[in-house]
Amino acid sequence: MLIKRPPDIRPSEITPEQRYLDRRQFMRSAGAAGTGLLLGAGTAAGAADIPAKYRRLGDVRPSPLSTAETPNSFEDITRYNNFYEFGTGKDDPAKNSAAFRPKPWQVTVDGEVEQAGTFDYDDIVGPHPLEERIYRLRCVEAWSMVVPWVGFSLGDLIKRLKPTSRAKYVAFETIVRKEEMPGQRSRVLRWPYVEGLTMAEAMHPLTILAVGVYGVELPNQNGAPLRLVVPWKYGFKSIKSIVRISFSESQPRTTWNASAPGEYGFYANVNPAVDHPRWSQKRERVIGAGLFAGKKPTLLFNGYADQVAQLYSGLDLTRNF
Amino acid sequence: MAKLGHIRFIYKPVLFFACLLPFAWLLARALQLGGLDLGANPVEEIQDTLGIWGLRLLLATLAITPLRLLTGLAWLLQFRRMLGLFAFFYVALHFLNYLVLDQTLSLALIVEDIVKRPFITIGFSAFVLLVPLAVTSTAGWRRRLRHRWQQLHYSIYLVGILVCWHFYWQVKKDISEPLIYIVILTALLIPRLLQRRKRRQKARSRQGAGGSTGASTLTRREIHE
Repeated sequence: MLIKRPPDIRPSEITPEQRYLDRRQFMRSAGAAGTGLLLGAGTAAGAADIPAKYRRLGDVRPSPLSTAETPNSFEDITRYNNFYEFGTGKDDPAKNSAAFRPKPWQVTVDGEVEQAGTFDYDDIVGPHPLEERIYRLRCVEAWSMVVPWVGFSLGDLIKRLKPTSRAKYVAFETIVRKEEMPGQRSRVLRWPYVEGLTMAEAMHPLTILAVGVYGVELPNQNGAPLRLVVPWKYGFKSIKSIVRISFSESQPRTTWNASAPGEYGFYANVNPAVDHPRWSQKRERVIGAGLFAGKKPTLLFNGYADQVAQLYSGLDLTRNF
Repeated sequence: MAKLGHIRFIYKPVLFFACLLPFAWLLARALQLGGLDLGANPVEEIQDTLGIWGLRLLLATLAITPLRLLTGLAWLLQFRRMLGLFAFFYVALHFLNYLVLDQTLSLALIVEDIVKRPFITIGFSAFVLLVPLAVTSTAGWRRRLRHRWQQLHYSIYLVGILVCWHFYWQVKKDISEPLIYIVILTALLIPRLLQRRKRRQKARSRQGAGGSTGASTLTRREIHE
């Protein structure tokens, strides 16, 4: 059950002292265990490169839904980002997000849902055990990475929020903070950034809310402190720094679709058979593969077709791109 | 008037090495000298860096004539060929990088790209149009082609427009950077259009006075500059 925001005291302030002390010990061992896990996945270089300023997340369990592919380095994951709130260049988010304050954080839940209200970050995230989900990420710009996210199933949160029977879609909204997000001073997109999923997509076990990467809290440029990850869709669907989750009967407006409807659809499923009007989606540049690797073929639903294709049976994917 | 010796032994060598700097910088990053690197997507970084310097040097080439008109410094013209050839150098490497590192020389994909992707079609056309300009940039070719040399080299304006268009179309959403270059290109082309109109008016008024032969000779000489 969800606890609405308490008026004065935050949970961290009432945590018993002994538990705090235990936590340090726990973090140390969890950190070591996490490193071991990542070493097992062949990411020694990436894991070793994580700067100490990022807080390590405790008790992260591996997931059978993770890919066995080698994740990209922490460095590449945190310096090559599309997050227009911090600028349109790939290196802008890393350069311009230092002033962003992801804590304290609140999320408003509204629309066709029983548990409407404004919740603290801990109320949203706290009840859910964290899992590591190593997912492929395919950007609409025809490049791809493998990212070891830490998060939890969005479906589990939605079950706690209890949408009404009229809820057919879930919409998400990114925070607007012009003073901390210099990209929002430009009109390149309409702010706030908004995205949406059908209820079936949102409830799918692959769909997660991520709070970390490589076992540490999300860096600002990756959508701190809470972001969506939908691995079979182009990256722009995986909205960052979420402050609102709304349930609705009708299909919500989504930022890139509204910005260029001929180029970006509501579904935005990864599909090599449906080219972007200006470039091919048949192949992708694998980040971290080196100068001479060339591109590799893009897979339908980003390789997750076995798990998600049934969501779209009977839907014309060429028209509903 | 700058001294001929200065131009040949100081200004030109300085300009030559200055034009090579972006390439040297790119090379240093590719070879990871002194902790430099090309970032997470090196192929794209090479592609974008070569492309933008090709465009910048193309605009620098086109800036020479307006600068001369503005300042009256005729010796500026002596740098135009070097700038133009460096523009071609960067554009050619940009195209080569696309063929080799980006498309790994797979012919079917390259042909499909050039035929199906308008921004690549436009970029490719600009490159093709630049080749004869680079080839005929020598004094020998200039002499051999006579007045047709100038006609041929007018296509540099078209190349400028195509290259800006290629850049504009390639950008996903934030068109502010290509717009800056489009504004600069427009600013460089306008004085030429104005001058051409003035010349035509002059020619027409001379024609009215019965001096048509003299007018056309003068026009040609002006063009040659």
